Amino acid sequence: MEALVASAVGVMTAAGIFLILRRRTFPVILGLSLITYAVNVFLFATGRLALNAPAVLNKYKDVPYTDPLPQALVLTAIVISFGMTAVIVMIALSAYLSSKDDHIDMTAQDVVDAPGDDA
Amino acid sequence: MNHWIVAPIVLPAILAPFIIMVLRYHLDLQRIFSVAGVVGLLGIALTITAQASGDVIQVYELGNWPAPFGIVLVLDRMSAMMVLLTALLALPIVLYAIASGWDDRGKHFHSLFQFQLMGVCGAFLTGDAFNLFVFFEVLLIASYGLMTHGGGAIRLKAGVQYVAYNLLGSTLFLFALGTIYAVTGTLNMADLAVRVAEIPPEDTALLRVGAVLLLLVFCIKAAVLPLHFWLPSSYANAPLPVAALFAIMTKVGAYSILRVYTLVFGPELPVSEGLAGEWLVPAALLTLAVGTIGILGSQHIARMVAFCAIASMGTLLIAISLFNEAATAAALYYVFHSTLATALLFLVADLVMQRQTGAIRPVAPMPQGGLIAALFFVGAIAMAGMPPLSGFIGKLLVLDATRDASNTHAVWAVILIGSFVTIVGLARAGSLIFWKSHDAQHNTEADPENQEEIPHPPAPEPMPGLTFSAVFGLVIGLVLLTLFAGPALQYASNTAEQLFTPENYISAVLGGEQ
Repeated sequence: MEALVASAVGVMTAAGIFLILRRRTFPVILGLSLITYAVNVFLFATGRLALNAPAVLNKYKDVPYTDPLPQALVLTAIVISFGMTAVIVMIALSAYLSSKDDHIDMTAQDVVDAPGDDA
Repeated sequence: MNHWIVAPIVLPAILAPFIIMVLRYHLDLQRIFSVAGVVGLLGIALTITAQASGDVIQVYELGNWPAPFGIVLVLDRMSAMMVLLTALLALPIVLYAIASGWDDRGKHFHSLFQFQLMGVCGAFLTGDAFNLFVFFEVLLIASYGLMTHGGGAIRLKAGVQYVAYNLLGSTLFLFALGTIYAVTGTLNMADLAVRVAEIPPEDTALLRVGAVLLLLVFCIKAAVLPLHFWLPSSYANAPLPVAALFAIMTKVGAYSILRVYTLVFGPELPVSEGLAGEWLVPAALLTLAVGTIGILGSQHIARMVAFCAIASMGTLLIAISLFNEAATAAALYYVFHSTLATALLFLVADLVMQRQTGAIRPVAPMPQGGLIAALFFVGAIAMAGMPPLSGFIGKLLVLDATRDASNTHAVWAVILIGSFVTIVGLARAGSLIFWKSHDAQHNTEADPENQEEIPHPPAPEPMPGLTFSAVFGLVIGLVLLTLFAGPALQYASNTAEQLFTPENYISAVLGGEQ
């Protein structure tokens, strides 16, 4: 179980980083989504993995339970990353539609026209 | 409980949706409410600063849940000071955005502006690490909208880069928080401080990873080398009044470093020994060096000011990374100065770009060129740290605080040479844009076609009087900071003293009902 979750987080992060290093916006956004999935699974694991256990304490008998806090954190993280992905898709779409080009880096023409990108 | 503490978050949080839902078709009303909101925020900030200036640390328990279980807001001197700085910065910028017509070039400027203020104030006030993440996201989401305000292909392209970089930073933040939670089982900063101190040194491997990841996240926000790449093209391509507001965002990163690495991962703990100090000092020196080289090499005024922001973050982080009281007091004074100075230069750059392309080369003189040149001169003096303005005092304090450090030679050399290169770079830009333009005009006077447009074109802003008043507001802020350097420094040293006695903070948060 631990090995499975750990390797899932590792593979998703690695694939995400690989995609983020692409030059077009679409793979970059896919990579960002993969990394946010990875971090969501990772956050689950931070409360230790407990199978088939409720996320509430039972004060009448001693049954296993899972830490509820990471689940709340994951919920927040999912909402935020989902919203952020929507935002970046919209900005990337309008950037693509206005410049007819979905390269994520600035081109030589952009640098001439604007403050540019020589950093 | 003292409800003033939550007011800086609640006021913009109510105002922003109100503006977007009720006033979306009424720009004039939006402007009135937005300015009123910022003035109200300033009043609240002054109130809480007065309340925090005693030595009592006040805690606000959201939903009245006691501390390690619920989220708390903590009002101490540093958070009060940063909220005050946010409000002081926001007022001239919102006035400028109105007067220059920037808020009319796209939709929802004022509600995004209020959301941004909410996120920044929340990040300064919160006492919970995950809540800090949430407020970071609030200010980032608002900043995405503000950054692409007004549209345009290149701005949107820079916006994609900015969003992608910050999304990655947020993910890293979550990884860091997850790691820290896995080791300590808490995310309340005061509770974290207690638990981290209890962990035996041999069990801290995972915690160290978390602490370094967290430092990386804050360094991305603070644009510390080598994580500064997002800053120049996003700030230079953002609407420049927005970039002026973003001057406070890099300070959020610096604030978080100062807060977390004095409270949770204190400099004397075995867990974090040498963690921030040993890595942060060289990084800060490099940041300053690269920033000043960027100032000298920029071909465009907006990029040049963006590099000014990086250089001033370098100076600030040199002072922060020493982690002692004197240097932190200097840093707290300098943070006030550098925010106002960076914002001033961004607004001046916008004044130039309203009239010209903004490229640093001689072109035809601009309307009100003399006044703008004078403002640029004041901003440049403040930024470079020359007397008589507060930058000089700030840099002097930083130099003085580093006098006994182990690497004084390197720090002094980088700061002093950096200041010199900054002066050269700003002087070069100023003389090319404002003075050489007159030569360029004489050269083209033989050309009859250009002649008719040049003499006295009107100011391009709808309300030029208010525009210049807003910029002068920032100048007055710098002058006041210079004149009242004594009281300001006194406040800063008291704040530093409070930061380096984290026991008070911890007992205030965990000690139950205040």
